[in-house]
Amino acid sequence: MTDDVGRGWFEHGDPTSRDQRRERIDAGSAERPEDWPTKAVAAGFATDRTDYYEKLHEATIDTAREIVREQELADDHQLIHAVRAMDDCERTANELAERLAEWAPTITGEDGTGIDYARVVAERDPETPAEERVVSLARQVVALADERDALREFVERRTQSVAPNLSALAGSILAAQLIALAGGLKPLARKPSGTVQVLGAEDALFAHLRGRATSPKHGIIYTHETVRTAPAGHRGSAARALAGKLSLAARVDHYSGERKPELDADLAERMERIHAREAER
Amino acid sequence: MTLPEGVERRPFDGEERLATRGPPVYGEPTDGEWRAWDVRRSKLGAMIDRGMETGLTAGASVLYLGAASGTTVSHVADVAGPTYAVEFAPRPVRDLLAAAADRSNLFPLVKDARSPETYAHVVETDLDLLVQDVATRDQARVAVENARFLAEDGRLAAAIKARSEDVTRDPEDVFAEALAGIEERYEVLDTQRLDPLHDDHLAVVARPK
Ligand SMILES: C[S@@+](CC[C@H](N)C(=O)[O-])C[C@H]1O[C@@H](n2cnc3c(N)ncnc32)[C@H](O)[C@@H]1O
Repeated sequence: MTDDVGRGWFEHGDPTSRDQRRERIDAGSAERPEDWPTKAVAAGFATDRTDYYEKLHEATIDTAREIVREQELADDHQLIHAVRAMDDCERTANELAERLAEWAPTITGEDGTGIDYARVVAERDPETPAEERVVSLARQVVALADERDALREFVERRTQSVAPNLSALAGSILAAQLIALAGGLKPLARKPSGTVQVLGAEDALFAHLRGRATSPKHGIIYTHETVRTAPAGHRGSAARALAGKLSLAARVDHYSGERKPELDADLAERMERIHAREAER
Repeated sequence: MTLPEGVERRPFDGEERLATRGPPVYGEPTDGEWRAWDVRRSKLGAMIDRGMETGLTAGASVLYLGAASGTTVSHVADVAGPTYAVEFAPRPVRDLLAAAADRSNLFPLVKDARSPETYAHVVETDLDLLVQDVATRDQARVAVENARFLAEDGRLAAAIKARSEDVTRDPEDVFAEALAGIEERYEVLDTQRLDPLHDDHLAVVARPK
């Protein structure tokens, strides 16, 4: 841009505005570099070179941090949409598969259930107008199931990059569901582990708060192996231990993003203790 | 063989390794203020380890292209003066930010090294050293386009990765072509293969002409 010739990053409308400064570093340009430190001191932006580099340091870090933050927000929003679409495909495919299991046998004479049955029906060559509709419906079910699988693969890959530690501990799909239920990685990282423990159990929790049921011990994390396989009397403590570790993993993912294998080892140890406690009895 | 001031060989767990002084970044072993420079994870480290004159000197001003999570550029900033670190993928920048927060002379820029005009309003002119480790297609073009930041007697230290250009081609052909590209704008002073530390990489030191 020709009007940017000779203008350094520090020259913008309101020198006190951090937003303008970020915008200027991120979106500005110049045909060629110049001796910016000297120019900045001459322009009164900095008192000397040391002061200039201090300001540059603060400004570049501030700008890069904002870009990274925006990118991550965009990443986990994509993830949330994909998780919900995956659940919708799953639910709709199953619902239509049920309808098909009632209808198709009246025409084909073959019984069956679920997606597998839909795949069989979808292969038929329809001979009557009614069969045409049934086969077409079966193909829709198959297409939805395939879309669910494709979404699942996308979600797994994306979750591993958005939340590597949470994925390693919970499995990518459960990790993605937790992020979606919380409304993002950041809100998940900010929740106390007691809340993480009951995420996805909101209906049960409201029933409890209205005094109509016992306190729910586990939300969606009950699908995790260590809770499912814990001895009946210890599911609560297993869920509590797991929720604690998952919270920690979500915080590490949000605040540092680095993979910390120690977290998995810690969880394995605690779960072993819980299972061992039962064995001692 | 002389190492740049600020880089030393020091024993870590009984093994002599390159080291610089600064806060640790990637889990490398430390000894007081010193931290080991892992030459298996750093092409510039490998170049210095091999005795190449890279142009990294105490207090030098540096533009580093392809900074990733900051493994190498953090060592550069331990030794050098103003160090501009360009990386276009936001994800590794998260770690780069941590290294930069601890180093007042390290300036992270989320920019595409193929478009130097998008950071020429931030990066100063007359730099002493341009490090190029983008490991993508057009490695020579990136080096040429960014020559505008270098002082007349500045240095380019580039790592050319054979597989970034074309996996099916003979690395020697890829290197020859990249060198020809670099020679459009630079005089090549030294080249070395970095195998086995870094397979299929050619290290190049050059100065603008
Ligand atoms: C081999 S890695 C660099 C490793 C790093 N130099 C080190 O030793 O610590 C290459 C990096 O260059 C980045 N990169 C590739 N093309 C780029 C471009 N056009 N502009 C900026 N960065 C680029 C990649 O995202 C990647 O992080």
